[in-house]
Formats: sequence, C-alpha cells, structure tokens
Amino acid sequence: MMLRNICRYHRQFGQVIWPFPQGHHVPSLSTHIQKAKYSSAITERKKFYQNVSISQVDGGLFEINLDKRKLKTPGGKLFTVPNEALAIAVATEWDVQKETLKFYTMHLTTLCNTALDNPTQRTKEQIISAALKFLDTDTICYRVEEPPGLVELQTNEWEPVMNWIEQRYNVVIGSSSNIMGPQIPEETKETFRQHLYSYNFWSLTGLEYVITQLKSLILSLGLIDRHLSVEQAVLLSRLEEEYQIQFWGNVEWAHDYDMYELQARTAAGAMFVHLSSESTAVKRKILQD
Amino acid sequence: MAALGVCRGILKEIRMAKGSSYKHTLVYKYVLEQFKRNQVTGAQLCRAQVEALHAAQSYLSLLSSTRLHLRLHLRYHSPRADVRIDQAAGLVGLRLPQQPGGKGWET
Repeated sequence: MMLRNICRYHRQFGQVIWPFPQGHHVPSLSTHIQKAKYSSAITERKKFYQNVSISQVDGGLFEINLDKRKLKTPGGKLFTVPNEALAIAVATEWDVQKETLKFYTMHLTTLCNTALDNPTQRTKEQIISAALKFLDTDTICYRVEEPPGLVELQTNEWEPVMNWIEQRYNVVIGSSSNIMGPQIPEETKETFRQHLYSYNFWSLTGLEYVITQLKSLILSLGLIDRHLSVEQAVLLSRLEEEYQIQFWGNVEWAHDYDMYELQARTAAGAMFVHLSSESTAVKRKILQD
Repeated sequence: MAALGVCRGILKEIRMAKGSSYKHTLVYKYVLEQFKRNQVTGAQLCRAQVEALHAAQSYLSLLSSTRLHLRLHLRYHSPRADVRIDQAAGLVGLRLPQQPGGKGWET
C-alpha cells in the first residue's frame, strides 16, 4: 500500500468509553453507585499485588487473581471471562504494570468491565440500532472533490473496501461527495441487522467500541471479518489525516500519540470481539494415512 | 513466513514488558503453544490458521501500540514531562506559558 511510507498525523481523542448517548431511564440505587465509580475516572493507583494468576471455575468461566484476591469490576461484580485466552490476555495487562497501575493502558480489562457491568444498561437491540445509524455517517462513504491527491487516495484505498463489503454482504451502500451523505437502502440495513444479531452481547460491546474508534461501520466489519489488519483499518480510518501529514509534516507528541492510542484501542476491540465469539471446542484434524 | 515474524514480535514485546522473567509468564507459554498447535495442516488454505494468524497480528498490534503510546505519554504528557520541557526551554531562556486552568484533559 502506498501509504506505508507516509508519516503520522494528529487525531484529537478523549477518554470516551461509552460513545452513544443513553436513553431515558430511572436509575436504581445500584446503578447510581456504579455510575459514581465509573464517573470518578481514577486513572492511576499504586500497585498492590505481586503475582497475577487465573483460575477456572464452574461453568467454564475464568477469574483473575491478584495475589490472593479475586479481581472485581468497578461495579463490584466478580470479574469473569468466558475463555482462557481472554483471561490470559487480561491477566497479562495486570501483570505488566509497574509500581503504578495505569488503567488507560488496560484496554481489554476496560472492555470486560463494560460488558460485565453494562453501566448504561444497553441491550443488543440498542447497540445494533446505533451501529446501523452510524452507517449513515460512515467515514469511507464521505468523499471529497478536491484536492486531487486526496481524491485519488480515497479512490485507491477506500473503493476496494467498499467493493469488498458490498460483495461480501450482497448489499448496496455507495459513497457521496455532498454533505447529505450516502442514501443507504433499507434492505442494506436489514441485511446488516440480521448479521449483527448473530453476535452475542460481549462481541457487540467490542464491535461498538471498534466502530467508535474507527468512525466507520464498514472498516470495523472489514477488521472483524479479517479482511483488514488492525494497522490497515486504522490507516484507512485516518486517510485524510495521513494525507495532510504528508503535506504539512508530522508532530510526534500529537500525531503519533493519537495514532498509537487509536491502534491500541482498535486492536483491543478486535481481539475482544474475536475472543468473545469463539467457542472453546477443540478442533482436531484427523491425519490421514 | 509471516507467522514467524508475528510470533517473534509478540515474544519480544512480552520480554520488553516483563523483563528477565518473561519465559515464566502465562502469556509466553500460551502464545508458543498456540503457534505450535496451528502449524500442522493438511489443507492448502486452512481457515483456522488464517484466523489464528490474524488474532496473533492483532495481539502484536495491541502490545506494541500500548507500549509506544505509553512511552509518548510519559515523554510528553505526564507531570514529569512538563518539568523536563520546562528545563529544556529554560536552557535557551524561554518559559512555558502559564495556563490558569491547567491542562484540562490531561492527567
């Protein structure tokens, strides 16, 4: 890809964990406590354990142990994950912390906490609707008409992804260069709705996270379907910014900083979706002969 | 092959993160086991292998991006960074501007 040689660019990004506005509901007392913990936003604290280990419990779930204590979510629930791979990855996030715990580097833990506590009480339906709504403002559907360098870049880099997704899901999406955006047919949204319904709640939580990071449902599906790597998806998401960096120059403390943060979060989200949707069944091939 | 590069990359990241005891960590053993397990396949295009490779690449991305992000954070955006930048500016007789409200979005 011709973009590989281009240097980085700035993307302002805040510490958003739940991107979509919540609906109206009356919070119960426990929700109130949960919200208090989630809104106090402690970013660091001292490390209070030496060893991290995992243990399997009834029901095939895994727990994380910090020394003798079991890890809990901010909402007070016991921290459990559905498979060993995710447990090991989370345990590693805790294991590599030095004297201070930097929670903003523990993306998988954050995602598990969100899935377990569900502090904004989202349902599968809400997540899917929000994702489909995002399609109307999907990054790769919005094309510019000038400068010609950027137009060419968008055509060369985004068109193949658009073709891929239209073919893979047998839908029509299309792109647009006016401010109204693309006119997405209802059938397209229905097809995606059916597809997204096959994901479980944890996977959808991860997918929502990835969509918010990449600002694109199409790129997120490209990543989740393993058509794109994390680096490719991030690059495509930041296409215009990369173009501007090539023109105006790169600022490490802003551009690279934001790019690495975006990449880390996207990678965590993608891993979270894949690990949440895999089964623990072991597939063995019978060697013939 | 791509898989070998990814495997080496992940193990290097683990070593950078954990130090000398990295071979005794859960994740080290798990990663090695996963790479060994997916090596043997009779098919030309084994889907499980492709999936495993993508997962490994994602994990490598996660580890290296987190590390590099943290490095830049400590270098430019932490309280110690402010001291260092102040000193650097002081060397040429400049001072950083005072922001009365502090940097709202940074810790």
